Amino acid sequence: MQASSKLNPVLLTSTRRSLKLSGGDILARVLLVAVAGGLALFLLAPLATILLRGVLDNNGNFVGLMHFRDYLATPSLKRSILNSCSVAFAVVFISVPMAFFFAYAINRSCMRFKGGFKFIALLPLLAPSLLSAIAFIQWFGNQGVLKPLLGGASIYGAPGIILAEVYNTFPHAMMIITTALSLADARLYEAADSMGTGTLRRFFTITLPSCKYGLISAATVVFTYVISDFGAPKVIGGNFSVLSVDVFKQVVGQQNFGRGAVVGVLLLLPSILSFAIDSLVRRKLQAQLSARSVPYKPKPQSAFDRWMTVYCVLVSILLLSVVGMAIFSSFIKLWPYNLELTWRHYQYALLDGDLSAAYTNSLKLGFLTAVFGTTAAFTGAYLTEKSRGLGSLRPLVHLMAMLSMAVPGLVLGLGYIMFFNHPDNPLKFLYASMSILVFSTIIHYYTSSHLTAVSALKALDNEFEAVAASLKIPFYKTFLRVTVPVCLPALLDIARYYFVVSMATLSCVVFLYSPDTILSSVAIMNLDEAGDIGPAAALASLTVVTSALVCLLYGWFSKALINKTQAWRTCTMH
Amino acid sequence: MDMTDFSAVQSLSASTETALELTGVRKDFGSFSALGNIDLQVRQGEMLVFLGPSGCGKTTLLRIIAGLESQTAGSISQNGRDISWLPPEQRDYGIVFQSYALFPNLTVAENVAYGLVNRRTQRAQIQARVEELLTMVGLPTSAKKYPSQLSGGQQQRIALARAMATSPKLLLLDEPLSALDALERVRLRKEIRSLQQQLGVTTIMVTHDQEEALNMADRIVVMNQGAIEQIGTPQEIYEHPASAFVAGFVGKVNVIKAKALGEHAFECGDRGLRMIRNPVDGSSDAGDYRPGSEVRLYVRPEDRIAEDITDATPNQVVGVAGRVEFLGGICLVEFDVAELGKTPLTIQFSLNQMHDLNIVPGVRIRFALRADRIRVFPA
Repeated sequence: MQASSKLNPVLLTSTRRSLKLSGGDILARVLLVAVAGGLALFLLAPLATILLRGVLDNNGNFVGLMHFRDYLATPSLKRSILNSCSVAFAVVFISVPMAFFFAYAINRSCMRFKGGFKFIALLPLLAPSLLSAIAFIQWFGNQGVLKPLLGGASIYGAPGIILAEVYNTFPHAMMIITTALSLADARLYEAADSMGTGTLRRFFTITLPSCKYGLISAATVVFTYVISDFGAPKVIGGNFSVLSVDVFKQVVGQQNFGRGAVVGVLLLLPSILSFAIDSLVRRKLQAQLSARSVPYKPKPQSAFDRWMTVYCVLVSILLLSVVGMAIFSSFIKLWPYNLELTWRHYQYALLDGDLSAAYTNSLKLGFLTAVFGTTAAFTGAYLTEKSRGLGSLRPLVHLMAMLSMAVPGLVLGLGYIMFFNHPDNPLKFLYASMSILVFSTIIHYYTSSHLTAVSALKALDNEFEAVAASLKIPFYKTFLRVTVPVCLPALLDIARYYFVVSMATLSCVVFLYSPDTILSSVAIMNLDEAGDIGPAAALASLTVVTSALVCLLYGWFSKALINKTQAWRTCTMH
Repeated sequence: MDMTDFSAVQSLSASTETALELTGVRKDFGSFSALGNIDLQVRQGEMLVFLGPSGCGKTTLLRIIAGLESQTAGSISQNGRDISWLPPEQRDYGIVFQSYALFPNLTVAENVAYGLVNRRTQRAQIQARVEELLTMVGLPTSAKKYPSQLSGGQQQRIALARAMATSPKLLLLDEPLSALDALERVRLRKEIRSLQQQLGVTTIMVTHDQEEALNMADRIVVMNQGAIEQIGTPQEIYEHPASAFVAGFVGKVNVIKAKALGEHAFECGDRGLRMIRNPVDGSSDAGDYRPGSEVRLYVRPEDRIAEDITDATPNQVVGVAGRVEFLGGICLVEFDVAELGKTPLTIQFSLNQMHDLNIVPGVRIRFALRADRIRVFPA
């Protein structure tokens, strides 16, 4: 073949050829196909099932948009859409500015205790979204301490949801805006100063425009979070109907899967829209990031620093009063009648068979997702970024990895029931097992993990693989000997993220747990429904404390490990 | 040969045997052709440099030779073995990149030994080889250091040692000096060149820096827009550029609009210029142009006669000195030469000549363009 092609160059030019595959190439391709297949199976297939279910009747006949028309014709359900959107907008308008000034204080002032403020701001991430709702009920509910402040109004409904979601979304918004603010170019400020620009003008002409994309991104993330969150409205929503609770009611309450699918699709729409906006904006943010700039270092300004400290203290008190109330409730005998301190709820939570099983299941889920999720996300990112061949599959894997963020947990969970519980699905054995909880959680939180891995990998020299190939070392050896050790900090970050979100996740698993695999977030929901606020608060506090401990342990462990394995990082030229 | 080819002295190490042969290599990206039909023979032991502006396809060509990219068509053979479609792992070369690409978490010794370990070599043997390589690149005491503890030039030496560890038959250098500061660049330039000659390894280097190419190469391949413009020794490239592009890209040059008059005579502005054949071998770069055709005359700043001009000296002009570019031992002076048209001519003088001829802005100077050195290309 080769001899003939040499003789006949025309033949050679007329057939497109590619390089022969080495053993490593074949392995890389197989793995890449496996990653793509996994994402297709656990993300695309369930989603497609939902979309399909939305246009079929119970007997599997095509009915077009009938379900949607029916749904939209029901006034109470139409109201849900309006409610969901108005609540989400309200939260965006409170949470984003609040987070902006907090992030601004941390980035641009010289106040003290920045680390402490940051830690407090991130606390809401550690708890299921139910916790804040329970805490606000304790504060403002029918038997709330501060109920008189409401002047007869009720916390149940929109006000409660808004408050709870502001608390829940605050750290998300703050992290995004902090990143945007930290990208500021000090030279712009120096130039402005040299021209005698006033503080206010500087803020409006430099600071705001430079973190415009961060603000938009934060707003879309908050909006999507509120639309798709299910825990808070379930607990504090009262009769105020929202889309996410509708899905739950249709599926769990009425076993109406067709209707559930329709609401799921409606829930998907705003998420997809804000996902599109967000990914557009992120690209611009990325461009800003790669541009050469000199990082801004704030100078002490006593008055400004003092006001910023006051603001951060106020916000921290608000945040702590929420998680604090939950913890307080967990130690109180019977709110508000008997305020004696007690361990009773913890004893109940840890000794009661079902509840302690829920807690250990959550730990198990956290551990398994941390191990397998990190492996999957990092390997997937590595293969898409660094391996050769299968050019058309790479963008597809990346797209699927990004898509997972746009799918609300409830919708994903619903898709899993419909897809994996289908009588003809050979993977039916996964249903109601721990594995399906692990898979769904890995997929649900895949985007952030994938992006963390990608940005760590992008920081590596592009030619490592080329050098290794020229030295005839197969890619997996370089992967294990160089790539993984160099990216260890990112890997640890991903693992911690997976653990923490798995401990707190509710919406994605609420349809998928079985009595054997019940999780603490689900147990909290059930306890709250039964009016057992004490044990619910105890279990929620336990989750927060566990995650906080794990974070501390991780910090300590990764520091030790990094000191041991990353000696090369700290060495500089002498 | 009209005169000593200085660069020929350098190419003693290169034989005429072909180490690598490219036939009809082409690379298309969609409808864009990045490389068009490249034919090239690399001689055993020579230092061949791909020189060209960014985007000319030189790096793509190197990556195709390395198997990091595949050609759309064409074949490559190395020492008679067809490697056209082999993956990089099955080709025989070492490679050094601009970014060094040293593994940051491995020590210098581990980096250098990276390709040796896989070959089931004895540990003692590996260590001896690593020591030998580190001594070869002049860093015998750096074995236990990490790459981040070394300067850029030192890191690039380690990358070179790593590439040479397995004694490949071919060494590929992708802009190896571009990330270094000026002093380090010149030093490493000499080191790489002498190492290459000492080991006699066939080497292909990619660069956009003409000084680097002229300085290091046995032969230069000048590339432009995916095609080879000229292949030759550095001196051939500089003195006998094959195209207007090469004349303009390598070295400084004045371009004068002219019209052919036939018999190696040209008219520019309102006067005539004459070319003569080389007095020794009768060669000429003036070409045969039909009388009346538009051409461009290429004159290097140093190709002028400024002293001992007699009435018999051809191509005399009078110019008014303008801006002086002071470069130390030499100076470049811009002259307005009214009779040759509006574009000023840049003429080179040594600093001593500047004093002797009293060249300061504003003075009128008579000089002649060397009739044997003017190149002519079609307009």
